[in-house]
Amino acid sequence: MARLMDEKPEVFEAPATLADLRPGQTGQVLRLPDEPIGNNLAALGLVRGAIVTLGRKAPLGDPRTYSLLGYQLSLRETEARLVTIKIC
Amino acid sequence: MNVVAQKTVCIALVGNPNCGKTTILNQLANAHEAVGNYPRVTVTPREYRLVHRGRAIRLVDLPGIYSMSSKSPEERAGRDFIHLEKPDVVVNILDAGNLDRSLFLTTQLIEMDVPRVHVLNMADEARKKGISINLPELVSMLGGPVVEAVATTGEGLTEVLDLALALADGETEHRVAVGYDSHLEQAIATVEAIVANLHPAEMTARQCRWLAIKLLEGDEEMLTREGEHAELIAQVNVERETFYRRHGERCEHAMAGGRYGFIRGLLMEVRTVAATEAGGLELDDLFLHRFAGLPILMGLMWLMFEATFQFGGIPADWIKSGVDLLTGTLREVLPQSMVRDLVLDGVLAGVGGTIVFLPNVVILFFFLALFSETGYIARAAFLLDRVMHVFGLHGKALIPLVMGYGCNVPAIMATRTIESERSRIITALVTPFMCCSARLPLLMLFAGAFFTSQAGTVVFVMYVLSIATALGSSVLLSKTLLRSKSEPFVMELPPYRMPTLRAVLYHMWENATGFLQKVGSVILVGSIVIWFLQAFPRDIQYSQDYAASRGQAEAIADESERTATLDRLRMAESGEKLERSYLGRVGIAVSPLFAPLGFGWKDTVAILTGIVAKEAVVASYAVLYAESKESAGLQRAIAASMPPLQAFAFMVFVLLYLPCLSTIGALRREAGSWRWAGLSVIYSLGLAWGLALLIVRVGGLLI
Repeated sequence: MARLMDEKPEVFEAPATLADLRPGQTGQVLRLPDEPIGNNLAALGLVRGAIVTLGRKAPLGDPRTYSLLGYQLSLRETEARLVTIKIC
Repeated sequence: MNVVAQKTVCIALVGNPNCGKTTILNQLANAHEAVGNYPRVTVTPREYRLVHRGRAIRLVDLPGIYSMSSKSPEERAGRDFIHLEKPDVVVNILDAGNLDRSLFLTTQLIEMDVPRVHVLNMADEARKKGISINLPELVSMLGGPVVEAVATTGEGLTEVLDLALALADGETEHRVAVGYDSHLEQAIATVEAIVANLHPAEMTARQCRWLAIKLLEGDEEMLTREGEHAELIAQVNVERETFYRRHGERCEHAMAGGRYGFIRGLLMEVRTVAATEAGGLELDDLFLHRFAGLPILMGLMWLMFEATFQFGGIPADWIKSGVDLLTGTLREVLPQSMVRDLVLDGVLAGVGGTIVFLPNVVILFFFLALFSETGYIARAAFLLDRVMHVFGLHGKALIPLVMGYGCNVPAIMATRTIESERSRIITALVTPFMCCSARLPLLMLFAGAFFTSQAGTVVFVMYVLSIATALGSSVLLSKTLLRSKSEPFVMELPPYRMPTLRAVLYHMWENATGFLQKVGSVILVGSIVIWFLQAFPRDIQYSQDYAASRGQAEAIADESERTATLDRLRMAESGEKLERSYLGRVGIAVSPLFAPLGFGWKDTVAILTGIVAKEAVVASYAVLYAESKESAGLQRAIAASMPPLQAFAFMVFVLLYLPCLSTIGALRREAGSWRWAGLSVIYSLGLAWGLALLIVRVGGLLI
């Protein structure tokens, strides 16, 4: 994807994942894991380009709710960690 | 019209979980007085037979799924049914308020090229959200009729059947295709050409395309089926690898992306949304609140538990009185005979003893229906998943486990709310370890007899041990027999919905009848068998002439002493009778097995009778020691029979051994086969025996 000119050059770091979102923060899916779970997530709409917002975390920290395509999906951190995103 | 000549039309219902499929099915079934069966096995879907406009219809309910892959048993069941049984029409149920995701399954149905009727369910909810759909446009884009419907009121459902019949009669729909980006299309075209060559004349062009897509998606089932065609498989692998190198993305993920792209484009054409608002999730601020969420959940669990067992106890007492009254009347009316004993002591005692749970089952399912219809059950799972996950359980396993403290039978039935078959079976298998209320009398009796001053603590230890065993066993099961590579917690949190009375009542009725059916089969047979073992042989040589002793006792002047002596004689007689019965003989024969644990033959007989119902253990002791159930005499007699260490081991044994007959029946039903019920029997017996032995041995060293 073309980088905008005014964007600051980034220090190289591990790409962000769905697990890195803060409540209310939105990201765009870049890549799904190669593991079989990737297929389940894809079927639920977590495909490349999908816009996903973190709703909230459960009182014990995990799992968490994400909203996408107008519905709420709940994932554990283990699975969320596998989906690479670009934080918007 | 000639009904007989026309063949039965097979209609399959397909849709996501939470799309209202069950409500639609119930509405259709009720309106047409359909006959249904309810096997809780995902591979044999539930089905109804009904007649609409003079045509016989077989209505098959496929499990709620998000995708038509071959990954989960549910998805496989759905796909295999459509693929192999070839229903005449598929009714695809969509949530009108969430078409973005619901249509994903539709794109796969389009590719499978099955005649479809699309139902936009919960149209009222969608209208409230300000969503309006251009129906004629949607019909042409989906390539099949579309009906707006409201399952809860029945709106639009007659039309669904009419359209389905028209499709079954060969009314041709025009065909549409889901297009993918150019690289995917190239790959599809290459593979499709090979497929067409390999299967000339036996597959249509669309079937070839579908197979090509499945192969490129790496669908294991299809790759195995085509495994003999080495050239085809090789080409598929080449295409998949090339695509992955070029795009840094797997073919199947790109295909899913393509389908969602198709849906986005389609919805842009046909859907207008007047007002944008999230809608209905404000309640999550309360129910999923960081601090309030868990206490609210605990409160609701407590309410459900209390209502089921306290409130449910009232009608349960009525039923019990009714059964007692019937038993009493029959005892008067029927002439003394073996048939009378069989009816009274076998059938009525066993079936009557189980049917008492009916109010509990009905109330439990009222709450479960309420929780699942409103969408709260998904929240409960969400809140507790973190804890349950540690033990290899799903968040939803909490409800069965809590209910297990009351009665295992409804608790095991409550595992139905868990969608994943593996999690459901694990939960059902460990629930019998929860210390149900029927085990309490025995625990109280023993704790009172042996550990007078610490009786409360000992009972509490038993409760803790029961949950620890349940959780420990689920860790064990999820790491051994029921291990699966990954079972992620990927769950939709459906929007909060107002439950309809009709749906709640239907749910209760359905489960109540299911329970009654079980009482009428497994319990009935089991009770008769146990009665037979207890009652035969008839000709017992007693050690004393009870009739004569009774005659002497009648002569005692003091009334209270007379009653006491008569009671003692009666108990002694029945105790002796039990000892000489087949059951007693079996007990004596089996007792060497329990000798290492320090249990005598009386304990063995008590254990055996407990298989019918755990309450029976105390009742058997009463008979065996010829003391009445609540008396201090029984406590004294038992206290004298074994040392406290053995008593403690015995309590642990009774806590954990064999689920009762009703529970075994429920297990078989929910887990779908005797195999699991058998495993539960063997596992719990082994565990109880081993643990009791450990206590006796280790305790023996310490004391």
